[in-house]
Amino acid sequence: MHDIPTDTSFLEMMDILNEMLIEKGEEPVTFDHDCREGICGMCSLYVNGHPHGPATGATTCQLYMRRFKDGDTITVEPWRSAAFPVIKDLMVNRNAFDQIQQAGGYVSFQTGGAQDANAIPISKEAADEAMDSATCIGCGACVAACKNGSAMLFLSAKVSQFALLPQGKAEAKRRVKAMLAKMDELGFGNCTNTGACAAECPKNIKLSNIARLNREFLCAKCSD
Amino acid sequence: MWLTNSSVGRKVVMSVTGLFLVLFVTFHALMNAVAIISFEAYDAICEFLGANWYAVLGTLVLAGGFAIHIIYAFWLTLQNRKARGNNRYAVTTKPKDVEWASQNMLVLGIIVCCFLILHLVQFWAKMQLPELMGEHIMRGQDYLQATFSQWWVLPVYLIGFAALWFHISHGFWSAFQTLGTANDKWIPRWQCISKWWASIVFILFAVEAIYFTLHFTGVINC
Amino acid sequence: MEETKINAQPIDSKIPEGPIAEKWTNYKAHQKLVNPANKRKLDIIVVGTGLAGASAAATLGEMGFNVLNFCIQDSPRRAHSIAAQGGINAAKNYQNDGDSVYRLFYDTVKGGDYRAREANVYRLAEVSNNIIDQCVAQGVPFAREYGGLLANRSFGGAQVSRTFYAKGQTGQQLLLGAYSSLNRMIHAGKVKSYNRYEMHDVVIIDGRARGIIAKNLVTGKLERFAAHAVVIATGGYGNTYFLSTNAMGCNCSAAMACYRHGAYFANPAYVQIHPTCIPVHGDKQSKLTLMSESLRNDGRIWVPKNIEDAKKLQAGQIKGSDIPEEERDYYLERRYPAFGNLVPRDVASRAAKERCDKGYGVNNTGKAVFLDFSEAINRLGIDVIRQRYGNLFDMYEEITDVNPGELANEINGVKYYNPMMIYPAIHYTMGGIWVDYELQTSIKGLFAIGECNFSDHGANRLGASALMQGLADGYFVLPYTIQNYLSDQITVPHFSTDSPEFDAAEKKVQKNLDDLMAIQGKRSVDSIHKELGNVMWDYVGMARTKESLETALKKLKELRKEFETNLFIPGTQEGMNVELDKAFRLRDFITMGELIAYDALNRHESCGGHFREEHQTEEGEAKRDDENFFYVACWKYNGNDETAPTLIKEPLHYEGLASEGRSCHGWL
Repeated sequence: MHDIPTDTSFLEMMDILNEMLIEKGEEPVTFDHDCREGICGMCSLYVNGHPHGPATGATTCQLYMRRFKDGDTITVEPWRSAAFPVIKDLMVNRNAFDQIQQAGGYVSFQTGGAQDANAIPISKEAADEAMDSATCIGCGACVAACKNGSAMLFLSAKVSQFALLPQGKAEAKRRVKAMLAKMDELGFGNCTNTGACAAECPKNIKLSNIARLNREFLCAKCSD
Repeated sequence: MWLTNSSVGRKVVMSVTGLFLVLFVTFHALMNAVAIISFEAYDAICEFLGANWYAVLGTLVLAGGFAIHIIYAFWLTLQNRKARGNNRYAVTTKPKDVEWASQNMLVLGIIVCCFLILHLVQFWAKMQLPELMGEHIMRGQDYLQATFSQWWVLPVYLIGFAALWFHISHGFWSAFQTLGTANDKWIPRWQCISKWWASIVFILFAVEAIYFTLHFTGVINC
Repeated sequence: MEETKINAQPIDSKIPEGPIAEKWTNYKAHQKLVNPANKRKLDIIVVGTGLAGASAAATLGEMGFNVLNFCIQDSPRRAHSIAAQGGINAAKNYQNDGDSVYRLFYDTVKGGDYRAREANVYRLAEVSNNIIDQCVAQGVPFAREYGGLLANRSFGGAQVSRTFYAKGQTGQQLLLGAYSSLNRMIHAGKVKSYNRYEMHDVVIIDGRARGIIAKNLVTGKLERFAAHAVVIATGGYGNTYFLSTNAMGCNCSAAMACYRHGAYFANPAYVQIHPTCIPVHGDKQSKLTLMSESLRNDGRIWVPKNIEDAKKLQAGQIKGSDIPEEERDYYLERRYPAFGNLVPRDVASRAAKERCDKGYGVNNTGKAVFLDFSEAINRLGIDVIRQRYGNLFDMYEEITDVNPGELANEINGVKYYNPMMIYPAIHYTMGGIWVDYELQTSIKGLFAIGECNFSDHGANRLGASALMQGLADGYFVLPYTIQNYLSDQITVPHFSTDSPEFDAAEKKVQKNLDDLMAIQGKRSVDSIHKELGNVMWDYVGMARTKESLETALKKLKELRKEFETNLFIPGTQEGMNVELDKAFRLRDFITMGELIAYDALNRHESCGGHFREEHQTEEGEAKRDDENFFYVACWKYNGNDETAPTLIKEPLHYEGLASEGRSCHGWL
C-alpha cells in the first residue's frame, strides 16, 4: 500500500486497504472494530507480533501509522487461541468471555432493592483499586498474548473488582469458584505467570490481580 | 479434587512441589559447601544421609516431589498447548517486561532433569542405592573424586546449574504469586528475592564444582 | 421540492393526571400489573444492549418475563454507551449545595430549551437517585472521597455538583454494571442473548408489534423471533453525518424500520454538536474523537486576528505558537465577556464555525481553532496543568503527535506552549422515535428507550444526562409501564413464527437485501456515506437556513439515486458480508438525513441543537419562537422513502414551570 498519511490510525489504514480492494472488485478484509476510541474492546488485531500492535497501553484503534517506518512490512494476524475460533479473516469469536462473566461476574441483586448509595462507606483506596481492575475492556489481548492461551488476567480483573468492594463480598467465594470452573471448562490454558498478558494489556491491568484471584480461590477452597 | 481439575489447583501443586524442591537444592548446595571446608565433615554427612530410615523417607518424599512436579509440568504444558490452538502466530515478539525463563520453563526443566539423571547415576546410584542393597560403599569424597577428576564433568554441571538458575529465578516468585501471597508491592520483591536466591544457589554449586574439579585434577592442592 | 403535509389528528401522550410531582407516583399506584405466574407466559424482545437495552433486558428478566436480547456487536458489553466519559447526574444533594429533584428537573427542561415533555423529565429526575443506589449495589466503582462517600463533580448547565463519575469511564462502568445484571439473567435462563444479530424489520400482527426479523451477521441468514412486545433500544442517528463521535456500528436502521411501519419519528432536527473534538485531518478519517469538555476550564480558544496569519497556518508555514498574544483573537472571550470560554456547547460550536467560515481556520483543512493552555501553564505551572489534564494531553499527543504541554516558543519574554486544535462534531441526537409517557411508540406493543426515543432532553441535552436517561428508562420506567400494556396479553399464547405476517416480513427483508446485492455499480458504501455526511454537515449542520435545507433535500434525492444505481457490494449474501450490512444501514441513513432536513426546515426557530440563521438575536444568539413552535414535531411515514412525511404536532403543556427566554447572560 502506498501513501498512507502518518495521522491515519491503523484501522483507517485497514479502511483504505478495503476501499482499494472493493475498487478492484475484491472482497474486503473482515476485522472487528467499533468505537475507535479504545474503550469498547472490539478491535483485536495481532500486529507485528503484538496484540493491539507495538504501542503500549493502547488498543489497535488508538495505534497510529506514524509508529511505522516508510516501507515497513506489517504482519497482521487474528487472535490465535483455541477458545477464540476465527469467524472470518481477522475476526474471532470471543463469546467465551461472556460465558465466564455469566458464570458469576455479578452481584446477585434485584433492581430496585438497593439501599442508599452512601449507606456503606468504601475507602477511596479500595474504590480506586476496584476501578483499576474494572477498567478491563474484555478485548482478549491477554489471551492472545499468552503462550498458554490463559484468560486469567481477564478473569482476575473481574474477580478483583468485586472482591475489593463490600457489595461483592457476600458471594465472593461462590463467584470465584464458578468463574474459574467456567474458564477451565471453556478450554483456556493454565497461567504460568509469564506476564505477557499484563505487558500487552491495552488498559494496563496488573498482574497482582491474578495473585488476588489465586488468593480468593484458595481461601474459598480452604473454607469448603 | 480441585488440585487436579481446576487450573489454579494444578498450579498450586506445581508451586508447593516447586518450593519444596527449591528448599532441597538450597540444602544440597549448603551441604556440598561443607566439602570445601573439610572432606571429613562431608563424609560424615554422607554417612548420616545413607541407608537410615529418615534419609530413605526423605529420599522417597523428595522423589515424590520431583515426580509430581514433573508429571504436572508435562500435563499443564499439554493442556496449554491445546489451549493455544493449532494455528501459530507468524510473527511473535517478546514484550520487554517478560522474563525469557518464564516462557521456557519446560525446556529448562528438561535440561535440569537430564542433569539430575546424570547426577543420580554419578552419585546416588553409587551411594545410597547400593547401601540399601546391603553393599559396602566408599567415603563421600571418593565419589567426588571419581566424578570431578574427569574434565568433561565441570562444563556439563555448569550448564545444568545455569538451567537451574533460570528455572528458579522464575519458578520461585511465580510460586508465591500462584499461592496468592503477592500484590503490587510484593511481586517485584518476590522477583528480586527469586533472582538472589537462584544466584546464591548457582554460585554455591558452581564454586563447589569448580573447586572439586581443580582439587581432584590436581591443579590446586588445598 | 415536495411539501410536507400537516396532520391535525390529536396525539395522546398518556400523561397521568395530578400535579407534576405526583404524576409518576399516581401512575404506578394505578397502573395494571402482571402477576408472577403470568409473567412466565410472556415474551419480550429487547433490541440493543446499551445502557437502556441491557438494563431493561436484565430487569424484565428479573421480573420473570422471558426476554430475547439482541446486539450487533460480538458481546452486549460493547454497545456505544461504553464510550461516555463524563458522568451521570442525580439529584442526591450529597454535596449540600441545594440540589433537589425539582432543580434537576428544572435544569434539564431549561437545558433542553423548553422543548421537552415536562412530565417525562420530572419522572427522570425522580428516579435519578435510584439509579445511583442501583449502580453502587451492582459494584460500580464510582469515585469516592477519603471519607468513603461518593464524590461529585460539576458539569455545564448546572449550579450544583451532582455528577457521579468513575474516572473518565463512567459510561463503561455503568454499562458493565448493567451487563453484569444481564449476565445474571442469562445465566438464570430468563434472558436469551443473541450477539452479532441485526434487526432488519419489526413484524406487526393486527396492529401490534409481535416480533422481529433479524439477520445473523455471521451466517448471513435471516431469522424470525416472536414475542408479545418489542422494545427498541438501538441508540441515536449521529452517524448520518458520517463523521461523528459515535461508534462505527451505530446506526438508525431499527428506528427506521419502526418509522416505516408507522411509528412517529419526533424532533429529528435536534442534533447535539460537541465543541471540543479533535479536528478532521483528512478525507481518510473514519470517526472523530471527543476531548473532554473540562479542557475549557483552563484552555483559551482562539484564532489569529489577521487573515494572513490564518493563511500561513493553513499552508503549514507557521505554527500557532509563533503568533504572539496581541495577534490572537480570543473570540469567545471577546463575544461573551461574562462567560468566556465556558459558554454552552452549542454557542461555542457555532462561534468556531463562524470563525472558520470567515477563513480563520488554523489547520490544513481550515476547519479548526486553537485551544491554548499557555496562559494557564504560565500562571499555575505545567505540573498543575498536567495533573488536571495529563491523560487528555497524552491522548491528544497519541492522535496528533503534538504535545500541548510542551514549550514551543518565547516571544518578548512570554512563553508559548503548543496549542491543541479542536473543532465541533456531532455527538448525540435528542430526536428519536416518538413515545408516550409509557415509552410506547405510536405502534401498540412497540416500545423505544434510551437515546433511540425522542427522549427527555428536549432540544438539547445537558452533560451527564444521557447515561441517566438510558438507565432510568431501562431500570425504572419501562419495566413498570410495559406491564400496563402486557396485562391484557396474558391470554395470548406464545407466538409461532410460521404466520403469513412473518412470511411477508421476511420476504420483504430478503428482497431488500437481494436488491442491494443486485445493484452492482461502482461505488463503495463508505464513499457514498462520506458524501452523505458532507451534505449533512454542510447544509443540515450547526447553522441551517431555508436555502441550505432545501439544497440538502435536493442533494439527498440525488444521493439516493446514486445509491440505488451505483452501489457496489462485493461478495455474496452467504456468511459474513460487512459491506452488505453497511449498505443496509446506509440506505436508512439517507432516509434519516431527509427526515432531519424536513424537520429542520419546518422548525422556523432556533432552539437547543437546532439553529436557523434566520432566527437569531442581534448578538447572534438562538431565538426561540414559543408561540408557534411549542410542540413536539412527530413525523409519519407516507408509504415510501421518496414521499415527504406528514407532520403531526404534539403540543407541549407546562404546568410545573414557565418557559423563559435563554441567553448566555442567563446561563451557567
